[in-house]
Amino acid sequence: MVNTSAVVMEKSELGNLIARLWAEGYTVVGPTLAQGAIVFDELRTADQLPIGWTDEQEPGSYRLKRRDDGAYFGYAVGPHSWKKYLFPARLTLFSIERTADSFAVHQGSTDVPRYAFLGVRSCDLHAIAVQDRTFLHGPYVDPHYERRRERAFIIAVQCGTAASTCFCASMNTGPRATQGFDLALTELPEAFVVEVGSERGGALLVGLNVRAANGEIEAAHQVTETTKRQMTRTLDTSDMPALLYENLDHARWDDVAGRCLSCTNCTMVCPTCFCHSVDEVPDLLGERSERVRQWDSCFNPELSHVAGGSTRPDIRARYRQWLTHKLASWIDQFGVSGCVGCGRCITWCPVGIDLTEEVAAIRGSDRA
Amino acid sequence: MTSDPYCPHPAVLRSVEPETPGVATFGMEFQEPARAAAFHHRPGQFNMVYLPGVGEVAISIASAPGEGVGLRHTIRFVGRVTNALQSLRPGAVLGLRGPYGSAWPVEEARGRDVVLVAGGLGLAPLRPAVKALLAERAQYGRLWLLYGARQPSDRLYVAEYADWERAGLELLVTVDRADASWRGAVGIVPLLFRKLALDPSRTLVLTCGPEVMMRATVHEAIDRGVAASDVYVSLERNMQCAVGLCGHCQLGPEFLCMNGPVFPYERVARFLGKEHF
Amino acid sequence: MIAQPLTVLNTRRAPRPRLGVFKFASCDGCQLSLLDCEDELLAVADRVEIAFFREATRRPLEGSFDVSLVEGSVSAPEQEAEIRDVRARSRFLITLGACASHGGIQALRNFSRVDDALAIVYATPETISTLPSSRPASDYVHVDLELPGCPINKRQLLSVLAQMLSGGKPRIDQHALCLDCKRQNVVCVLVAHGSPCLGPVTSTGCGVLCPSYDRPCFSCFGPAPQPNTASLAERFQAIGLSADHIRRLFQMFYNQAPEFLEEARRHE
Ligand SMILES: Cc1cc2nc3c(=O)[nH]c(=O)nc-3n(C[C@H](O)[C@H](O)[C@H](O)COP(=O)(O)OP(=O)(O)OC[C@H]3O[C@@H](n4cnc5c(N)ncnc54)[C@H](O)[C@@H]3O)c2cc1C
Ligand code: SF4
Ligand code: SF4
Ligand code: SF4
Repeated sequence: MVNTSAVVMEKSELGNLIARLWAEGYTVVGPTLAQGAIVFDELRTADQLPIGWTDEQEPGSYRLKRRDDGAYFGYAVGPHSWKKYLFPARLTLFSIERTADSFAVHQGSTDVPRYAFLGVRSCDLHAIAVQDRTFLHGPYVDPHYERRRERAFIIAVQCGTAASTCFCASMNTGPRATQGFDLALTELPEAFVVEVGSERGGALLVGLNVRAANGEIEAAHQVTETTKRQMTRTLDTSDMPALLYENLDHARWDDVAGRCLSCTNCTMVCPTCFCHSVDEVPDLLGERSERVRQWDSCFNPELSHVAGGSTRPDIRARYRQWLTHKLASWIDQFGVSGCVGCGRCITWCPVGIDLTEEVAAIRGSDRA
Repeated sequence: MTSDPYCPHPAVLRSVEPETPGVATFGMEFQEPARAAAFHHRPGQFNMVYLPGVGEVAISIASAPGEGVGLRHTIRFVGRVTNALQSLRPGAVLGLRGPYGSAWPVEEARGRDVVLVAGGLGLAPLRPAVKALLAERAQYGRLWLLYGARQPSDRLYVAEYADWERAGLELLVTVDRADASWRGAVGIVPLLFRKLALDPSRTLVLTCGPEVMMRATVHEAIDRGVAASDVYVSLERNMQCAVGLCGHCQLGPEFLCMNGPVFPYERVARFLGKEHF
Repeated sequence: MIAQPLTVLNTRRAPRPRLGVFKFASCDGCQLSLLDCEDELLAVADRVEIAFFREATRRPLEGSFDVSLVEGSVSAPEQEAEIRDVRARSRFLITLGACASHGGIQALRNFSRVDDALAIVYATPETISTLPSSRPASDYVHVDLELPGCPINKRQLLSVLAQMLSGGKPRIDQHALCLDCKRQNVVCVLVAHGSPCLGPVTSTGCGVLCPSYDRPCFSCFGPAPQPNTASLAERFQAIGLSADHIRRLFQMFYNQAPEFLEEARRHE
């Protein structure tokens, strides 16, 4: 349900909200146009948003299109996800310096940006919660993620449009965001309905030009209901993880191995994938060395390298790891699915491999 | 604020003892006395050994808790990091962090017979278990160690065998390839099982070695009537973080570094046999 | 290894390792990358001794080398003995670039008769002494590490040298370019623009040069391990590329790499 502590904000006021966040010390990041796609980057003003643009997404294809209105958030998720801020793709964890009779560890700066995420969709809120389980709620906490996560201010946007690749409804992760945000915006033709999800969210609104909501609340509710009805893609998650565990020898793995490039794109764009490597990066003088953490992927044969070869030496083994981890073993490990139905891996797979189709094929419902 | 689980701690290399061609045991000690004092491990756990400028690898702790000063690691030189370790001399400083992972069920084994089955370097993580069992010999029934090496010169810890046997361990060794002086058994380790007078209901089996060898051992033990929940295996995968964050060591639902490396066979049986999983 | 590990605190530093740079048939691009490292290498001049042999064949070699960097392919008769001599004098031999490791762009002539090619290029082809094909060093001698690229990436070369100076055997990443493309937040040109990008089957190392400028990858760094070229080629076909276009894509810098050679053949 729509939060009852909702207010209405004129669209023109969004710029003031952004300015307010900067003034409070936040680095505001959100959707903007670059390289022919809607990506996440710093936003100083509201007109950096992809106003009047939308995206057409298909397996293996993404195209920007003009909309015939001036919607601020009239598109679905793009190639970037918020993990690029919370779990940076490349991060020097610390450096090691040679000393007279030992070595010293120099921790990197702990002064990380305080991010304000503007435009977090429901699937992505769930994805953040999924990564929280990995990096914060296990026996060991990742301090780099923790530092970024605990300072982040989250402004959700309720989805007014779904891409053909979206299937959050199947995963129970959307399209309506119900928790995990400080503020949530629903875009109506003339204004935003702003739900308040936290005390600091409410505090941010003080002094901004907002008014009490009336009929707008029901209109806002209808926005996500319509989006839900638009969604065509589905994933049947019944009897996971057993379905995949019992089909580790299914012929479909050979079939998908013929198509899959093992290029890692699906895992890179996936907002929940957390695999990473730590490399040693020494300097030329032999005095310092950095420990550098980078996103890695189960599609990289090196990920499972042991002296004597790779544990998953072919594409079949690697695709099987990806799909079984996402949809099955994740549940055993973290109590939730590793998939939030955002559809990124479908769109950004260069050859358009669609996990919902692969699962359907394994389930047998698709077998000719 | 949470400290960085990736952070290594300086340790001084105290000794390097060649074991077999291409394998040596490294004695190390944390530079900070406080860290040494706070370090408590259980048999079967491992450390991350870090060589500045080169990298970091998972290595089992080969010394038993409380055995002498510092920690011992038996290392085979196989690749980038381990080959570089080979050139170190006592006094060198490297990094250690740990201990990580699960341990052999030494406590649970009280009152029972134990068969330890090691293949090659797999004896390294079992050595602390041997020491712990023998330290309280009266608490256990029969204790066997079945050990397989490629050839007689590949056997680890040969100098200690006599002590172990005197303390009440029945040691059976086999080699793949005998030389002129070899008087013992020839053939694969799991076959040694057939020489034991087992009481399967009171037996625990702990095994570490190449995965094919462990699978054969498990089948041999189960065929002899040992329950799958009484057979323990120590598994190996690529590891980078050792704390369940990096994703490299997954086997189905298990993070080997955190939930393993030691598992009751029953727990991993479903996935262990799956090729390339 | 060429130097003592950083951790060996109570042993003396090894004597300065000797680094030799040798040029065979190539365009100098890789040596330019090396010269471009001058500032960084000057900074380590007291740690390594560097000897350049611009025209390797013109002077007799002396002494031995801890590390040799070999640029260019073997394409003239006297170079066969030369590469063997360099190998015999080197503890660790690294080839630089597509030419030295796979014959390079000049190996395109391997697809035709060399006399025909000579006649097109040179006014007096009879004065040219050349082998019938352009061959990688590894056809003649053992190579310890091949640095890919046309030309190589300066940063990758420096990283290899730094790793060796720290006492480790050097390694380079060889996974698909896409992994680094995504790590750098570059938008996929294949998915977003329909450009025929070879990134998914190409080894990383270039620093994601082309896709960063909205251009598809031409595989200057050669095939990644186990490249699924057939599936990618099928995708290219689906977005409208002709068989001829697809063949030419696989016949560029790494035209002699077996996986690319085979894929090109499928589109003849
Ligand atoms: C829990 C555990 C305990 C181990 N105990 C011992 C021991 O007591 N003695 C011993 O000699 N070896 C042990 N190993 C294996 C040891 O970690 C590898 O031999 C070592 O990582 C090889 O590294 P390298 O850089 O020399 O080899 P390379 O082949 O150059 O490997 C490159 C990198 O891949 C990873 N890697 C390669 N092989 C393995 C492997 N088998 N396991 C995990 N990561 C790997 C490492 O990150 C390594 O740095 C153990 C492994 C695990 C997982
Ligand atoms: S698996 Fe695909 S659809 Fe699911 S969360 Fe990851 S990128 Fe999105
Ligand atoms: S194993 Fe694969 S699917 Fe799982 S988190 Fe890592 S990259 Fe993602
Ligand atoms: S499924 Fe698609 S994106 Fe993922 S590795 Fe395979 S080809 Fe690449």
